Amino acid sequence: MTALGGLGTAVLLAPLLAPLLAGGAAAMVGWRRAVAWSAVAASVVILASGVLAAVATTDGSVLVVGDLLRADALTAVMLIVIGGVAVIATWSGVGYIDQELAAGHTDARGAGRYGLLVPMFLAAMVLAVLASNLGVLWASIEATTIVTAFLVGHRGGRKAVEATWKYVIICSVGIALAYLGTVLVYYSSQHSGMGSQGSLDWTVLVAHADRLDPGVMRVAFALLVLGFGTKAGLVPMHSWLPDAHSQAPAPVSALMSGVLLSVAVYALLRYRVIAVAALDPGFVRILLLTAALTSLALAASMLIAQRDYKRLLAYSSIEHMGLVVLGAAVGTPLAVAALLLHILGHGLAKSVLFCGSGQILALEGTTQISGVRGLLARRPVLAGTFALGLAALLGLPPFSLFVSELALARAAADAGLGWALAVALVLLLVVFVAIASHGAGMLFGRPPAVTAPPGAGPATAPVPTAAAVSSILTRTLVRPQALAPVRTAAGVAPLVTGLAVLAVLGVVAWPLDQLLRAAALIAGTP
Amino acid sequence: MSDGVFVQILDLVCGGLLLSGVLMLWRRELVAIVRLLVVQGVLLAALAVLLGVREQSVELYLVAVGVLILKAVVLPGVLHRVLRDSGDAREAAPLVNVTSSLLAAALLTLVAYAVSGPLVALAPSATTRALPVGLAVVLLGFFVLVTRRHALSQVVGFLLLDNGIAATAFLATSGVPLVVELGGSLDLLLLVLVLQVLAARMRLTFGRTDMDELQELRD
Repeated sequence: MTALGGLGTAVLLAPLLAPLLAGGAAAMVGWRRAVAWSAVAASVVILASGVLAAVATTDGSVLVVGDLLRADALTAVMLIVIGGVAVIATWSGVGYIDQELAAGHTDARGAGRYGLLVPMFLAAMVLAVLASNLGVLWASIEATTIVTAFLVGHRGGRKAVEATWKYVIICSVGIALAYLGTVLVYYSSQHSGMGSQGSLDWTVLVAHADRLDPGVMRVAFALLVLGFGTKAGLVPMHSWLPDAHSQAPAPVSALMSGVLLSVAVYALLRYRVIAVAALDPGFVRILLLTAALTSLALAASMLIAQRDYKRLLAYSSIEHMGLVVLGAAVGTPLAVAALLLHILGHGLAKSVLFCGSGQILALEGTTQISGVRGLLARRPVLAGTFALGLAALLGLPPFSLFVSELALARAAADAGLGWALAVALVLLLVVFVAIASHGAGMLFGRPPAVTAPPGAGPATAPVPTAAAVSSILTRTLVRPQALAPVRTAAGVAPLVTGLAVLAVLGVVAWPLDQLLRAAALIAGTP
Repeated sequence: MSDGVFVQILDLVCGGLLLSGVLMLWRRELVAIVRLLVVQGVLLAALAVLLGVREQSVELYLVAVGVLILKAVVLPGVLHRVLRDSGDAREAAPLVNVTSSLLAAALLTLVAYAVSGPLVALAPSATTRALPVGLAVVLLGFFVLVTRRHALSQVVGFLLLDNGIAATAFLATSGVPLVVELGGSLDLLLLVLVLQVLAARMRLTFGRTDMDELQELRD
């Protein structure tokens, strides 16, 4: 573990310091192009540290800095997830804020606040996965609520205020329950014979897990599932999620859906290892299965008649978190490896889709599914990436979610949870039909007649017409040089990158398989 | 301090915590409710001092000072400012009337005693036997959160819940590790400041600070 020496320290400190520096720059000089790119650079640093940490920890070793920071293979996977999603989200964020400024949706102060808060959000999530102390893990997840509050309310107006208030109150209460659970874990650790001081250090707790009091741990784990489940968007405390995801700026929705939910699930994975050793595993499994299946059922029922495409994506996040927690309920190494791959795949696909939906919103001016019709004919590149993103999200090959869902199903069947798998598959089928039909309507549906200017019927030449209209709009609203197609190409680049990575991950196992296997040994139990 | 005196003072402080929680359900004037929060902050600090004397720990004295400043001075101060700006001083129409609220408080206290059975059984002592009080305050906070409609009442409910958790932490473990305590307190302070700004925005956009206005985001 000391083989890397100074490099190991750098790998753990760099992903924390880089976003803090980027945030500091935004606080000093406000929103500039360079500041926006510094957030992208910070995301790249997080991703690179994740890769380096993965190289160092795949053989089962651990990097540590003092008592506070620690990275094993599971941490490395999460760093890669955070870095990967953050690169796509911050990259799209550059153009997104410029667009918002040009359209007058936000002012220089709002843009500056965005530039400060997004890197802080990243730093808090990185600290959460690097913390060796479960109390620090809790405090940093709580901190994400604080920094994202004003990001959710970025646009202002009645809906944004409503979404922010619900988000802050519900998540704070949920996370407070997780704190109570943490306190109870500490209490039982004080009376487990590891010395009267007790500990919240994960390694120490795992080593002494079989001596923790089952009575106290049962109450504690239930509170932790409820508390971190709130942040992960699990039923029954999920109601903040669709509101917050639909109101937040697109890149922030991408980060919240792709990473924040997964970081909360990561906390549950860490606690699950302790709980399985301290309690009877059946209790842990039933608790997680209940949360998973009810979340899946709720998401499926809300998706059927959904009218708003950002809320559609939000409920799909609840569905995917349900699947991931189903994997945690199974808990075998295969299931854990599959759920980690699923977290990565979902994060990338969701960031592509949310950032794409932000551009659709900017073009169409509505978040109603019925307001967006025939997008593929009018905006082939943007609509194409959105369609591929939906395909990835629905688990179609060659994207990696196909592989991870298959592996999850196999793991559940191997563990004798065939009935839960059957319920989940039926619900997934409902979700598939719902999302596919809504998506098809947006992409292929007949373009609404109102968008056609007088004298040019939509049947004659829809593409040039739409382009002409939007270029007139751009000329009058924005600057004369900023032509629509150029903006689309720049905006689509991060999305295409995300899709390409997803496809590669779905086709070739290398280089992730070793890492996932190592992580699965840490968080999985036979 | 002899054991007898310690137990008496401990029970007095815990009784005060529970009583002030119940009184918050009874009162509808927001000024009075915020004053009760100050009382709870002082009692929590007293609890920390009491445990500090018992365990002869300087750390707990420092924590007590921090708790006193945060929960008895700063947070109620912020709430007072929100109250002064918003103008309306009463919880207009709680979903559950006062009589039923007090009955619910009694029921929730019983639930807290039932749930904390295994917690007390792990290490029976004078302090852990008072654990149900902490959990009862948590449940009371939850109750305030779901039944009150004023934005400020919801913040109060959250703070009540947090006080209950702090009391549980002191009673069960004599406080969590210092780094966690610091992180938690900082988060709490920032959270209440965020809520203050949000309440101001709510007043600007809706004209009042009432949850009934928050009805636009639905499926």
